[in-house]
Amino acid sequence: MEYILIIISAVFVNNIVLAQFLGICPFLGVSNKINTAVGMSGAVTFVIVLATIVTYLIQVFILDKLGIGFMQTITFILIIAALVQMVEIILKKISQPLYQALGIFLPLITTNCAVLGVAILVIRKNYNLLEGVVYSAATAVGFGLALVILAGIREQYDLLDIPKGMKGVPISLVTAGILALAFMGFTGIVK
Amino acid sequence: MAKTESTFKNMVISLTLISLVASACLGFVYEMTREPIELANLNKKLSAIRQVVPEFTNNPNDEMYMLPTGDGDSLEIYPAKSGNEIVGYAVNTNTSTGFSGNISLMAGFKPDGTIINITVLEQKETPGLGTKMAEPAFKDQFKDKNPGNFILKVKNDGGPVDAITAATISSRAFCHAVQRAYNALQKGGEK
Amino acid sequence: MNQLQNFTKGFVRENPILMLVLGCCPTLATTTSAVNGLGMGIATAFVLVGSNTVVAMLANLIPDKVRIPSFIIIIASFVTVVDLLMKAYVPDLYETLGIFIPLIVVNCIVLGRAEAFASKNTVLSSAIDGLGMGLGFTMALGILGAFREILGSGSVFNYRFIQGDGILVFILAPGAFIALGYFIALVNRVKNK
Repeated sequence: MEYILIIISAVFVNNIVLAQFLGICPFLGVSNKINTAVGMSGAVTFVIVLATIVTYLIQVFILDKLGIGFMQTITFILIIAALVQMVEIILKKISQPLYQALGIFLPLITTNCAVLGVAILVIRKNYNLLEGVVYSAATAVGFGLALVILAGIREQYDLLDIPKGMKGVPISLVTAGILALAFMGFTGIVK
Repeated sequence: MAKTESTFKNMVISLTLISLVASACLGFVYEMTREPIELANLNKKLSAIRQVVPEFTNNPNDEMYMLPTGDGDSLEIYPAKSGNEIVGYAVNTNTSTGFSGNISLMAGFKPDGTIINITVLEQKETPGLGTKMAEPAFKDQFKDKNPGNFILKVKNDGGPVDAITAATISSRAFCHAVQRAYNALQKGGEK
Repeated sequence: MNQLQNFTKGFVRENPILMLVLGCCPTLATTTSAVNGLGMGIATAFVLVGSNTVVAMLANLIPDKVRIPSFIIIIASFVTVVDLLMKAYVPDLYETLGIFIPLIVVNCIVLGRAEAFASKNTVLSSAIDGLGMGLGFTMALGILGAFREILGSGSVFNYRFIQGDGILVFILAPGAFIALGYFIALVNRVKNK
């Protein structure tokens, strides 16, 4: 039951993009086409879950043991950067199709604050490892959901007559705002 | 100065050096800020206690003890003494029944269980609605009431408490947290 | 380009948020009031100046291939310093900004300036560049924060000028997106005139 609550809360109520403002850059950057949006969400899901597991273990078995919790930021970002590189190399070796689908998104993920954000949030929320994994996967799904919805709407922009100053980023932001408004309807589902 | 070549040796040396210097600097800053951070946390707690109990001469933080709530957990009790006489208790209470996440309160009681004052330590309720629980208009209705004969329930549930408009869940949660504090303090955890 | 131009370019012409749309996450998340926006901006500006200066000093000593990891270590160190200092001396603000302080490390502006400017310029111009960019960022955050606070809670810098509620939605998440969207559109319009 608790896991279902975590999932619903992470996907809908506290949607990482629309309610917590993490991962806005890729949210605006790769939401032009549904295809790229799906690819990006796949890559992000993969990295977020992996990063959460590794950073959790490092926090519990190294940082907490040695009492150097203040090294969290610097350790986590280096782990994530290294992890992304490793995933890229491994994918290239073992699965060419998967690499071609996700490869171009991987370098962008290091600076996706959603990855570091989720890793830190899992520690701050005092989750255990399993809860952390469920939470990170659900968060990534929420990210993908928001991204794909926005991409679906943005594909229609070509057909519309948008004022010049609003073209590009501003209209996407306003659309995202209306999406966030819609997602606010979910608050209160989880008590 | 000539640019350092990207040989393997140079890369390892420069990365190691940078990491070492960075860790040393961080360790130094950590040591330097450790005491101010502890002091800031303590001050925050003490000022919350000061708001909810009469003037005291002891250090409630040093005399803190835990009492069970009857819900399977325990709350921190801070006794406030003037000389040797106990003038009140500050209870650090919380509830997870809020609209979005935990609500944490500091509730002050007279020795006979009458509420002196309540202050909100932490809440993530909807801004402008549930957050009004921190305003006098809502929380002052608990002042000088004794939960022994003042039922901690909102009017919708048959109690005497005026709920915040459009934030009944938050108001209910607030009552619940105060009730937990009272249970721990007066009944030692019995329901 | 003289140092004055170098300093002021971050204010409008190359303003990181309004022109380049970098560092959006903290921009949206921490601008619920003018004070929060300014606090976040100043913290970021401190990191920018620090990392730009150190990166410019070490640029020639660091081999090219490990350039990015080295920059990340330097930036993360400054972020941790800010994190600890804020926890110690402004605990209330620290709590409000929460997770977005450690997340300065992945703010594209910081790594972007280190890579695009500081690694190729002198220490002095890099420090000035960092300060200018940081102030531009702070300014945009402050304006957006003040705007949302005025509309959303009817107050500015915690000074209330109307009784009762404001237009709540501007403090909530949707208002952040919409306010920033129109802010950028406005700047675009002025720029294109």
